Amino acid sequence: MAKRIDITNVSSYYGKFEAVSDVSLRIEPNAVTAFIGPSGCGKSTLLRTLNRMHEVVPGTSVTGEILLDGENIYDDTVDPVNVRRTIGMVFQRPNPFPTMSIYENVAAGIRLDARRMPKSELDGLVERSLQAANLWNEVKDRLKKPGASLSGGQQQRLCIARAIAVEPAVLLMDEPCSSLDPISTLAIEDLIDELKNNYTIVIVTHNMQQAARVSDTTAFFNLAGIGQPGRLIESAPTALIFSTPGQKATEDYISGRFG
Amino acid sequence: MTKLGAGVPDSIQGSVVRRGDLVFRRLAKGAGLAVLVVLAAIAGFLVWRSVPGLRANTANFLTSTAWFPDQSPSRFGIAAIAFGTVVTAALALLIAVPIGFGVALFIAFYAPPKLATALGFIVDLLAAVPSIIFGLWGLQVLMPHLGGLQRWLNDHLGFIPIFHNSLGIYTKSLFVAAVVLGVMVLPTVSAISREIFLKVPHSNVEAALALGATRWETMRMAVLPFSRPGMISAAMLGLGRALGETIAVALILSALNVVNWHVTEPGGNTFAANIALGWNEAGPIGLSALIASGLVLFVLTLVVNVVARSIIWRRAEFHEGL
Ligand SMILES: Nc1ncnc2c1ncn2[C@@H]1O[C@H](COP(=O)(O)OP(=O)(O)O)[C@@H](O)[C@H]1O
Ligand SMILES: [Mg+2]
Repeated sequence: MAKRIDITNVSSYYGKFEAVSDVSLRIEPNAVTAFIGPSGCGKSTLLRTLNRMHEVVPGTSVTGEILLDGENIYDDTVDPVNVRRTIGMVFQRPNPFPTMSIYENVAAGIRLDARRMPKSELDGLVERSLQAANLWNEVKDRLKKPGASLSGGQQQRLCIARAIAVEPAVLLMDEPCSSLDPISTLAIEDLIDELKNNYTIVIVTHNMQQAARVSDTTAFFNLAGIGQPGRLIESAPTALIFSTPGQKATEDYISGRFG
Repeated sequence: MTKLGAGVPDSIQGSVVRRGDLVFRRLAKGAGLAVLVVLAAIAGFLVWRSVPGLRANTANFLTSTAWFPDQSPSRFGIAAIAFGTVVTAALALLIAVPIGFGVALFIAFYAPPKLATALGFIVDLLAAVPSIIFGLWGLQVLMPHLGGLQRWLNDHLGFIPIFHNSLGIYTKSLFVAAVVLGVMVLPTVSAISREIFLKVPHSNVEAALALGATRWETMRMAVLPFSRPGMISAAMLGLGRALGETIAVALILSALNVVNWHVTEPGGNTFAANIALGWNEAGPIGLSALIASGLVLFVLTLVVNVVARSIIWRRAEFHEGL
């Protein structure tokens, strides 16, 4: 079940350094939200703040409020482990577990669940996840091979299969195509389009065309200068932001990139 | 046409032997061969020098517990020292491996950065302490304190043969030697496995955490499988040190060539300690007998390493290119 995320006055810190400042934003379910902006403006930091991966880095902190369907994920009573099971993540570089087979990679998250799943049920779930990630046909004959034996684009789709196998409500993707060739990139963009039927998707991208192609809403971030925190400049339906941006900075950034 | 620098070659035809490649290839090959030659030379030396003793021996070399090579008739066998060696080394590993891995995991993943650095430094330092120091410390400090533990083991777990003690004396036992060996091997295992754990790709740790793994599940999912070959190597290096340790064991054991499963009772001996203690008083046959026992120790360590290697290679496909 896709869930809505409400971000209110969120700031993220590395030690004393404020990387993201005072962001308020609503992320709609069953839609793709793209984060764009120059490098260093805190897109990845904000994304990692959404599933409490930010606090994995020592010395970090977060202020503000993030509601997942009305429930504050930073509440004292909330277990970050459960937040991460509900909000899955795909990273910039494909990172399948090198010691696991393709099958084991997909099953990794499911096996964390305390309840034991019968083999046949697990087989079915692995197959469905790989199918949802558009990878099944390519790997169905070599499920026992190492995940690392796949090409970069296949590895990234394997990571997507791994993330959706646990049936999260939200899928966060941090520049998932930046290390991939154009064909793999298109495959993943098609996939994102399908996945939004079941998930809330947030994607960070430095590629304007990609944001324009895959997202329903685009949020533009910027920073005033080196050492300054990143801020949300504006957020609007993607069609609107690319045709008639509300802010000068957004227009400059978009037109600069489109040439 | 003038050429800038080396420019493009006139032709791509023809195979050139580049001097650097050649020198490197020969050096690498030579070094590899040298290791094999040294190994073969050691084995050859051991075999050659053990023959006179083995010829003179009237007892069964493998099953006898006696060690009287210089008497006539000469009688000696390795049963007791092999038993003592295997038992102390195994017990030592049983102590050192879980604690060593635990300490390494703590340093690599749990400890705050400053504490981790300090602990890592201390462990490295301990790994470099000479074994004579461990031996003296074991004899003077540890042995008196182990009496209580061994008595407790006898009182509460005495129904398990190895903890049974019918003498009521708890000093100079294989158990004490094993604990000292364990403490000695612990920093080695820990220092090496910590290096291994620090090599685990951060991206895999993050992948596990992002799937909703707890810290321990992250260890099981991303860290331990990746580190397995290195962990086995760390344990094997520890085992090698425990099998071959001479002086610490010689100081602690009251060398008594018996096979006694009651490991908390005094007595017992190991290959290395037997050689160290016997070498100076040995006659010609005695020396040859000691060398024959050294040959067995040599083969034992070789076998241990081959077994470890084969475990590491079993899933080599999953560790290629890492
Ligand atoms: N692990 C970290 N420790 C300290 N500072 C960091 C860390 N990761 C990112 N930063 C800083 O936070 C700011 C935002 O980084 P990031 O979120 O990666 O930006 P983006 O993804 O938009 O390129 C940058 O100034 C960066 O240097
Ligand atoms: Mg980034």
